[in-house]
Amino acid sequence: MKQFFTFVRKEFYHVFRDPKTLLLLFGMPIAQIILFGFALTNEVKNSKIVIADYAKDVASERIIEKIEATKSFEIEQILLSTKEIEETFKKGKVKLAIVFPATFNSDLSHQNKTQVQIIADASDPNTATTLTNYAQSIIMSYQREVQAMNRAPLQINTEIRMIYNPELKGATNFVPGVMALVLLLICVLMTSVSIVKEKETGTMEILLVSPMNPLLVIVSKAVPYFLLSILNLTVILVLSITMMEMPMNGNFLLLYFASSLLILAALSLGLLISNSTNTQQEAMLISLMGMVIPTMMLTGFLFPLENMPLPLQVMANIMPSKWYYIIVKSIMIKGLGFVAIWKEMSILLGMTIFLLTMSFKRFKIRLA
Amino acid sequence: MTAEKVISTDRLTKKFGDFVAADEISFDVYKGEIFGFLGANGAGKTTAIRMLCGLSTPSYGEATIAGFDIYKETEKIKKNIGYMSQKFSLYEDLTVLENIKFFGGIYGLSDKELKSKSNQLIETLGMSVEAKKLVGSLPLGWKQKLAFSVAIIHDPKIVFLDEPTGGVDPVTRRQFWDLIYKASSQGITIFVTTHYMDEAEYCHRISMMVDGKIKALDTPTNLKDQYHANSMDDVFYELARGAKRKAD
Amino acid sequence: MPEVILENISKSYQDGKVKAVKNVSFSVEKGELFGLIGPDGAGKTSLFRVLTTLLTPDSGIATVFGCDVVKDYKSIRQHVGYMPGKFSLYQDLTVEENLNFFATVFGTTIQENYDLIKDIYVQLEPFKNRRAGKLSGGMKQKLALCCALIHRPKILFLDEPTTGVDTVSRKEFWEMLQRLKKQEITILVSTPYMDEATLCERIALIQEGEIMSINTPQGIIEEYPKKLFSIKSSNMIQLLDDLRKYDSIDSCNAFGEYHHISFKSENTELAKSELTTYLKRDRDYKDLVINDINPTIEDCFINLMN
Repeated sequence: MKQFFTFVRKEFYHVFRDPKTLLLLFGMPIAQIILFGFALTNEVKNSKIVIADYAKDVASERIIEKIEATKSFEIEQILLSTKEIEETFKKGKVKLAIVFPATFNSDLSHQNKTQVQIIADASDPNTATTLTNYAQSIIMSYQREVQAMNRAPLQINTEIRMIYNPELKGATNFVPGVMALVLLLICVLMTSVSIVKEKETGTMEILLVSPMNPLLVIVSKAVPYFLLSILNLTVILVLSITMMEMPMNGNFLLLYFASSLLILAALSLGLLISNSTNTQQEAMLISLMGMVIPTMMLTGFLFPLENMPLPLQVMANIMPSKWYYIIVKSIMIKGLGFVAIWKEMSILLGMTIFLLTMSFKRFKIRLA
Repeated sequence: MTAEKVISTDRLTKKFGDFVAADEISFDVYKGEIFGFLGANGAGKTTAIRMLCGLSTPSYGEATIAGFDIYKETEKIKKNIGYMSQKFSLYEDLTVLENIKFFGGIYGLSDKELKSKSNQLIETLGMSVEAKKLVGSLPLGWKQKLAFSVAIIHDPKIVFLDEPTGGVDPVTRRQFWDLIYKASSQGITIFVTTHYMDEAEYCHRISMMVDGKIKALDTPTNLKDQYHANSMDDVFYELARGAKRKAD
Repeated sequence: MPEVILENISKSYQDGKVKAVKNVSFSVEKGELFGLIGPDGAGKTSLFRVLTTLLTPDSGIATVFGCDVVKDYKSIRQHVGYMPGKFSLYQDLTVEENLNFFATVFGTTIQENYDLIKDIYVQLEPFKNRRAGKLSGGMKQKLALCCALIHRPKILFLDEPTTGVDTVSRKEFWEMLQRLKKQEITILVSTPYMDEATLCERIALIQEGEIMSINTPQGIIEEYPKKLFSIKSSNMIQLLDDLRKYDSIDSCNAFGEYHHISFKSENTELAKSELTTYLKRDRDYKDLVINDINPTIEDCFINLMN
């Protein structure tokens, strides 16, 4: 046990004595949050929506027809009541709901004005705004259509409701993404580089020839980065909750548990990389190309996954960060508990266990 | 040996903060001379060589290399010197011929010159079979011989050799020195560092650096007389033993 | 039973394309200072890695204090000290932190085996709070030796400990090894410097993965088949050239101040006087000196290579 603690302490010395590592560790999360704070606009295609049609009249049916005709939307379901909307949203597939009141057409023809409600899942604010704008323009085009046959001025009021993230704060979208990115970057990059560095300086040879269990060498290398990642995660959370007004509606414990799973998966990946590389540059390059870039592309926080070609969507499923991203959003924004995200959690857990076993199995007790 | 000076330094000094890495070194090296530049680890050899190659600006002092000023004409200096170290030899993933052509190209040799030079070089080294093999697949001794030939492909006035024979087998080491003698007889000045004291004997003159200063400079025979030593090894030991910069 | 035994050990890399070690057999007795002498790429490091259980041999059997290097690697790792060729310690840890770390890794403390490293460590003590990266080559090497000794190993494997280190430090290092020998530690050391061979009790000359000769340094010198002479004049470069062209010369190599030569004929006295006459009369050498000499290890190595 003493060996283990000495080893961990040594690893901390390495980190704290290298200004570059320190800067990377603690400067990067802050830089990332600022960077991604400038939200990006995205075009949306084939977004799944639901419609609660209480009117079932000519007007509502004509609008539904128009919606079906566009490429932007795909009607998932016609609902019978507004209560179901909440549930479909929580499942996460549906981004937008349109509600026609029972008196939709009759109000229009008798009072020359009527109402329609658009509800959007605004945890991804870019998509939410784009989708509501689309929906509004379709309704407006119907209004112009009817206006052409009518002399009296007509008016369809759209009432927009953003749920989960009513103020459309970009933070809700990118903070979970940055969390995933930072955890992956630190764990994969730092572990692989620090192990390969020992190969380069020849110290790994000494450690292997020592009576210390080779697995212990690896585990004690991972511990500091695990702890530092948790610390980093806390920094990001504090920053984003206090300064970016990121909501935290769920359970902290659950969030940290999910994060630990991702960290473990990332550490195992870092270990796997260090096993098959011999120079720090190689390890760095593979970590960046193999982990960071795919994470940015395929997690869903920069580019909505639903717009991607099918092969990329399939690929995204093997990214631990995709599932982590969903979990974090569900916990922090929607305030959901374990029951609601057990599926994503089990996928992440499965991936972690797989990577961990792989890295232990592939670990070499010799040089070659 | 003609009296033409190709390296001439006067109180050349390099300071890093308070630390004086090279302390007022003054010496001359002549055309065609094999000049051994010896010193213990950390004595300031590397710092001095970097200044002489125009890679690092001195803190003060004067020097001309191949007739060019060390402050103002570093580009001209670089055209007139060759450099080879134990660490950097050649590109391992290029073939022998590709390496020759690459380095010749860097120094602006024309295609015609390149062709005749590379043929000549491969013939002298007896590498016609290996010409199209990757340098990485050659034995170390061959690589070093090839690296030396490439370092003088542009007929420089001076070639700097930084421990060129480290770890090389005794036969190849001697073949390497044959190449050095040949270059020297063609008028190329050889500026060489080594840890092998028998190689110090092959030099025309030797300088010994201790703690940033040149403590001794003479022919091997004179140095041995001066220090009442039987071999260069003893001379070196006698001089370096007094070094203060042991831990630096 | 010998402390280290190698029987027909072979090791190749890149799917057999690079044969680093070819069918090597030798043994090292307990308490012996054994030297593996050869240039870079001769296979020294591969042999050391096989013996320290870092690599498995392709074929052959090797044991270290009776334990098989493949099967009983764990027992071997308990009791060997190893200093790899490229070993450079943790540059960002201080001298003391490095030593403490390796002591703990080997399950011991500095105090426990202090008497073993005391001689060496006193020289490092003034710099114990200095980072290893800021030490000179000689000091780093001493620290590395301390780290390899800290758990009082039965065998010490030193892979090119003196490469890139100046003469003064090299001398000091070998003096340390001589003192360690008295502590009954078996020492296997490799070096490309032929002049260090005589400091070992027994040596193996290795070249291109094959052992050319194993004996005591004196024994190897006695095996040299020819009578050897040294020759010197004021123009050594010209002399080398003339000697090579001279018919009855068998071998001629530059050795610092002198050239070493041997003759083809058995009657060396006659050959020598003929050569002297030729050089003095026909080639006009005035200050010629020829002496009878004993060969050095380097002479033997060159002879075995040819």
